[in-house]
Amino acid sequence: MIVDKQGSPLSSADNLSPDTRHGMILYVEDVSVSFDGFKALNDLNLYIGDGELRCLIGANGAGKTTLMDVITGKTRPDKGKVSFGQQIDLLELDESEIARAGIGRKFQKPTVFEALSVFENIELSLSGDKGIWTSLFHKLSGEQKDKIDEVLKTIGLEPERNYPAGRLSHGQKQWLEIGMLLAAEPRLLLVDEPVTGMTTQETERTAELLTSLAGKHSVVVVEHDMAFVRSIARKVTVLHQGTVLAEGSMDEVQANKDVREVYLGEEQD
Amino acid sequence: MKNLLNSPSVNNITKKMSSLHFVIAILFVSTLYVTVCNLMFAEGSLLHVSDYTVSLLGKYLCYALLALAVDLVWGYCGILSLGHGAFFALGGYAMGMYLMRQIGDRGVYGNPELPDFMVFLNWTELPWYWAGSDNALVMILLVFAGPGLLAYIFGMLAFRSRVSGVYLSIMTQAMTYALLLSFFRNEMGFGGNNGLTDFKEIFGFSLQSPDTKLALFIATAVMLAIGYAISHFIVNSKMGRVVTAIRDAENRVRFAGYKPEHYKVWIFVVSAMLAGVAGALYVPQVGIINPGEFSPLNSIEIVIWVAIGGRGTLYGALIGAIVVSYAKTRFTAIMPEAWLFGLGGLFVLVTLLLPKGLAGLVINLMDKIESSSNKQTASSNSKPTTASKIETAAEKK
Repeated sequence: MIVDKQGSPLSSADNLSPDTRHGMILYVEDVSVSFDGFKALNDLNLYIGDGELRCLIGANGAGKTTLMDVITGKTRPDKGKVSFGQQIDLLELDESEIARAGIGRKFQKPTVFEALSVFENIELSLSGDKGIWTSLFHKLSGEQKDKIDEVLKTIGLEPERNYPAGRLSHGQKQWLEIGMLLAAEPRLLLVDEPVTGMTTQETERTAELLTSLAGKHSVVVVEHDMAFVRSIARKVTVLHQGTVLAEGSMDEVQANKDVREVYLGEEQD
Repeated sequence: MKNLLNSPSVNNITKKMSSLHFVIAILFVSTLYVTVCNLMFAEGSLLHVSDYTVSLLGKYLCYALLALAVDLVWGYCGILSLGHGAFFALGGYAMGMYLMRQIGDRGVYGNPELPDFMVFLNWTELPWYWAGSDNALVMILLVFAGPGLLAYIFGMLAFRSRVSGVYLSIMTQAMTYALLLSFFRNEMGFGGNNGLTDFKEIFGFSLQSPDTKLALFIATAVMLAIGYAISHFIVNSKMGRVVTAIRDAENRVRFAGYKPEHYKVWIFVVSAMLAGVAGALYVPQVGIINPGEFSPLNSIEIVIWVAIGGRGTLYGALIGAIVVSYAKTRFTAIMPEAWLFGLGGLFVLVTLLLPKGLAGLVINLMDKIESSSNKQTASSNSKPTTASKIETAAEKK
């Protein structure tokens, strides 16, 4: 895959949208990361299509969270290439620049601003200038208020809009965090274990929410809950010891011999 | 103020008046009271406020401004600075340098150019960094620039390398301790362990005169009000919400596209400047600035004021600083050796019994009043009145 760099090297990601003319939003190529000799990622290759909903599965330590860290700039790989669209080299940007370029991330543990209200949580996550002076004199425009209302409706937290986020239930916090991602209007959403601690009903609603997002956004979901993965996934990537073990539909993956051996085998004991 | 006229009940007034108006009103009334009682009533009268008391109150207000500065970084941004005394002292030294130069040839050695301690050290000319120190404008600039620059450099180094928590607190302690040691040295050119003292006048007015003392007290009250208004504006802007978000979930803020380190440096610098102003107002009222102000213990004491008053509420910081300082004045007069135990005990008690400090008491009280009035009027307002939200909730209306 040739990454053609258009224009000057990017120092800032603002006002820049990923070039997806080849139908791909994310390119991860030959990426390796090691921590004190332990290879967390090992020559990993992953391509995510524009508008795709992809599930990443794998046992603990397979490298799922490390991969997320590399994409969002938290961890620098020892080698390899990561680009957003064809032209944005993510390895040159820091976390906040990557976020502004259009990659949103939901953490494994729901992370919201507990002392602020649900409304304010969404407000802070809106896309736009994130500089100091803008923040100091910022006033919400009507358009932005509408956007916040829209997000609140999507995640079903309208009645709780003035509650401090710290008082929400675990599942509601998960949704709020997804809502915060939506408010930023990202092109690519990385969602780490969205349904842990949710009731069956909440899980179903989350599945609905995530599937409805695909198309407009590209979504990558990391999840352990196989029933959940089955309910949303069109394409699944199985990670094992830092590399891609298999890729395909859920049925294909489950039929795969290697996968049965290392992943499903492990899950049974 | 428009709301005042429309609202039918007292409760509505307190609800609609933001804490900003409230604090400024209280400051104004008490300053006026002190001024009137100091000027109008003769000594011996029951209502008389002595010149000594005026200066003492001025000192408390300086502490209140200092506590406000610490609350801004600690209460809102979660940066536990144990070195804010350094910014206070730097502001104080900037003022002290100016006051030293105002002495002119009235010093013991009668040198019109050099302060006494420099003559004593056989120095023949002013060090370069004393240039322009006899100019009031330069002094005012230094009061902001000195602490601001130190905070900027420290903040850039610490926050950009993502130092936080206990490690950051220890670094702030080290910073103020290093300054303490260097200001103790005569070679630094700030009067060594004696510091700067024997001041005669400020802006041409004698510092011994009761009128000057009263004017300094009023100036402190005005600066405190301005500082409070600025802090209030910051805390209630989107900036304040970002800063609070950094306190609670820094990574989330970063992945939302903000650069937390920029925000931290900014609020740290603003806070340092407020502390510097407090120091500059403090020095002419107590008549001395020496390296003791850099003592790590002082910085810890400020944090205790804020904790006792209630961190994360601006007025809590003021209450804490004033109440504890008053207690200290009283206590140390009766049994000085017991004060530190008293302070420690107070800190432990407040942490155990009032996690939100004295401000928490006020909020609980207001919550009760509000909920009882809600019952009476069967108000449709179904907003949750949690302690942590009441301030922002009240101000949004």
